[in-house]
Amino acid sequence: MFARAERRTLRVAGGLALGFVLVFAGAATAVLLAHAGGSGAPLFDAYTWRVAQFTLMQATLSTLLSVVLAIPVARALARQRTFPGRVWILRLSVVPLGLPALVAALGIIEIWGRQGVVNDLLRLGGLESPVSVYGLAGILIAHVFFNMPLAARFLLAALDRIPPEYWLTSANLGMGSGATFRLIEWPVIRRVLPGIAGLIFMLCAASFTVVLTLGGGPAATTIEVAIYQALRFDFDPQRAVLLSGLQIAVTGVLIWLLSLFARPPEEGMTAGRDIRRFDGRRRRLSDGLILLVFTLFTAAPLAATLVSGLSADFGRLTLDPLLHRALATSLAISFASGCLSLAIALPIVLVPRLAEMGNAGLATRLMARALPATGSLILLVPPVVVATGWFLMLRTFGETGRFAPVIITVVNALMALPFVVRVLEPAYSTHLTRTARLALSLGVTGMHRLRWIDWPALKKPFLTAFAFAMALSLGDLSAVAIFGAEGFATLPWLLFSRMASYRTADAAGIALILGVICLLLTLPSTAAERPTESPSADA
Amino acid sequence: MRKTVLSSITALAVSFALPAFAQEKTLTVYTYESFVSDWGPGPKVKEEFEKTCGCKVEWVGVADGVELLTRLKLEGEGTKADIVLGLDTNLITEAKATGLFEAHGLSPEGLTVPGGFSDDTFLPYDYGHFAVVYDTETVKTPPTSLKELVEGDPAQKIVIEDPRTSTPGLGLLLWVKSVYGDKAGEAWGKLKNRVLTVTPGWSEAYGLFTKGEAPMVLSYTTSPAYHVIAEKTERYKAAAFSEGHYVQIEVAGLTRTSDDKDLARQFLTFMTGPDFQSIIPETNWMMPAAKTKDPLPAAFDTLVKPEKTFLVPSDEVAANRKAWIDEWLAVMSAK
Repeated sequence: MFARAERRTLRVAGGLALGFVLVFAGAATAVLLAHAGGSGAPLFDAYTWRVAQFTLMQATLSTLLSVVLAIPVARALARQRTFPGRVWILRLSVVPLGLPALVAALGIIEIWGRQGVVNDLLRLGGLESPVSVYGLAGILIAHVFFNMPLAARFLLAALDRIPPEYWLTSANLGMGSGATFRLIEWPVIRRVLPGIAGLIFMLCAASFTVVLTLGGGPAATTIEVAIYQALRFDFDPQRAVLLSGLQIAVTGVLIWLLSLFARPPEEGMTAGRDIRRFDGRRRRLSDGLILLVFTLFTAAPLAATLVSGLSADFGRLTLDPLLHRALATSLAISFASGCLSLAIALPIVLVPRLAEMGNAGLATRLMARALPATGSLILLVPPVVVATGWFLMLRTFGETGRFAPVIITVVNALMALPFVVRVLEPAYSTHLTRTARLALSLGVTGMHRLRWIDWPALKKPFLTAFAFAMALSLGDLSAVAIFGAEGFATLPWLLFSRMASYRTADAAGIALILGVICLLLTLPSTAAERPTESPSADA
Repeated sequence: MRKTVLSSITALAVSFALPAFAQEKTLTVYTYESFVSDWGPGPKVKEEFEKTCGCKVEWVGVADGVELLTRLKLEGEGTKADIVLGLDTNLITEAKATGLFEAHGLSPEGLTVPGGFSDDTFLPYDYGHFAVVYDTETVKTPPTSLKELVEGDPAQKIVIEDPRTSTPGLGLLLWVKSVYGDKAGEAWGKLKNRVLTVTPGWSEAYGLFTKGEAPMVLSYTTSPAYHVIAEKTERYKAAAFSEGHYVQIEVAGLTRTSDDKDLARQFLTFMTGPDFQSIIPETNWMMPAAKTKDPLPAAFDTLVKPEKTFLVPSDEVAANRKAWIDEWLAVMSAK
């Protein structure tokens, strides 16, 4: 798979990536643990148990719903390659990631809330009192809104990696939808499903604003809330770290269980034809219906955000120097964190491949296990914990505000890591299976291979992963909160600051700007969504 | 190429290492973000104070008052702050326990903070009473007492904040405790049915309220003034409660580690003076703690003026907060 020099580079890169992530997160937690100020309150009291139970329960349900609903959507998207607006459906799926949770929650409420569109329709239908979503229902709707498009996007990428020859054959054999699903689609879906489910589970487990705002009361409390509580009013850093540990342990077990269901890939060879779905035409109506419902569900809260955003005074807002500064800061930070995230993700994706080679040493094999685990579990270390830890370390070096951009960049890059890996890993794996041996036998290695073999085929997954990482970083607020320095502001920070001074219209305008940027970010990765010459590893 | 990279790295390193070669004295004020935002009092306060002090005011704005205290605890003795502005009375005991503050030694005249608050370490700069703000378009008969709020129509909803994560949330908890005492748990049991949802902070709650999701929200008596002055609408009003209202007093203090305490004291004196106080009402949307240069804007005259003020002493809050929150949690989490 890899030439000798490539193997060496990869081993070094893997070691660096692993070391960097572990040191960055580990140092922060160690410093917090060592900091005085623990209250000595027992970690496993009734409160913690109840909160842990609720976290697991809502995350499990949210994940199941998101994943199960995403399967028909992804299948429909894969079949209907010329569906009107298809590329925009794909682009929209990134936007929720880049919106601060509060903005998305308010958008959801405009649709599903007591005064929302759904209740308006029900009232037209003669229903007296509004249906309330506050409680588990609201949490699930919000989590499905955030994650189902994500799951659909990942599943679609997997389906698109099926060799196009399969569709030709299945059409020749006259396979029905059921047989196609069982024999062609499910094996592929099954391979990626555990990873997707794991990622979504972590996202939902670490949910904070959505759970509190839509949860209806403190019965809906996640471990993340308890962590935040421990770091704020209670100021008990040790407890915060221990609770993070609990969160990682609980979720880690679940993700390990999920990984048992993963199957090694069965890659088929392809001559690199265009994907043509011969079964598309007869399913056009039902697929159209599925996609319509999906688009309504995803786009409606975004449209609500758009509408309230348009009420902002853009004439004044766009001339606001503070907004310009925040925009520049946000773009710079998210660009840098996108690059960093890709750089760390590459060894995470490639080292396990390296370990599959017969002559891999023990160190490589260990690294191949540790890297992916670290890369996904990092999502469960709350950014506020890491940021607080680094704040403690850096305060000895003078003004902490100076370091804020760096810390936020790294924290965001680590947050995005699981997404980036999920996008790159399957694409890379398929690509390597199809090209690695040939490239090696032709002696195309190193930079040449990157330039001529890998990049053309993997350009799209790379750009997609980059868009995900940038969007996530754009919408993040958690890491900024502890560092506050004069003149330092990001877009979400400015948004919240405006909200806190009653300027809701400004806040809505900034939310709109954030949403538009996220949409723009997806353009490069979806530009070639029309039939291309080599759709071998689309994402 | 390499040379330019090297020299720029050196330049960067130097700028990191030697931040303070400024000729002027600098007063570093830690506060919360909305105080220093361009809509907040910060820019004007800086301008006014710099006119007279021959110094430069440098703001450090963190998320909110609680975060402010967290930040101080994290920094400890190494803190750059000369002044910490934006803690509220509930946090005073914990703030003093850090040992980072020094008595102000000032006796400013004409402080008009309700409840006769006075403290040797912290000086008040503004205050606001918590209040239920309602939408006059949907609430025709607003509650006139906390009792009416607690026992009113469960179909008419209110959004409140979480006492575990926000100061208004803690304020309501203390308000109910002040009025109901040992019966607070029962009161929450009834009020619970009217609570649409409990948000992590004020912004989320107020956002839901202005979106029309709930006709009532826990906010401040001063909130309607914003809508009158900035949005020219009288749609939102605060409900006057006959039992009285819980007050939030915002305070500032000087740190023991400050390297220019005279300057810091000068700022505290300025803070309780008319130049600072006149900025507060229309930027921080709170009541000034002392005399302003001109009478308050007309919109402030129409605000609810509570006859009775509740304020649980800071020591008592510090000692009981956990128990009271547990009580709240037990009631609010029950099915």
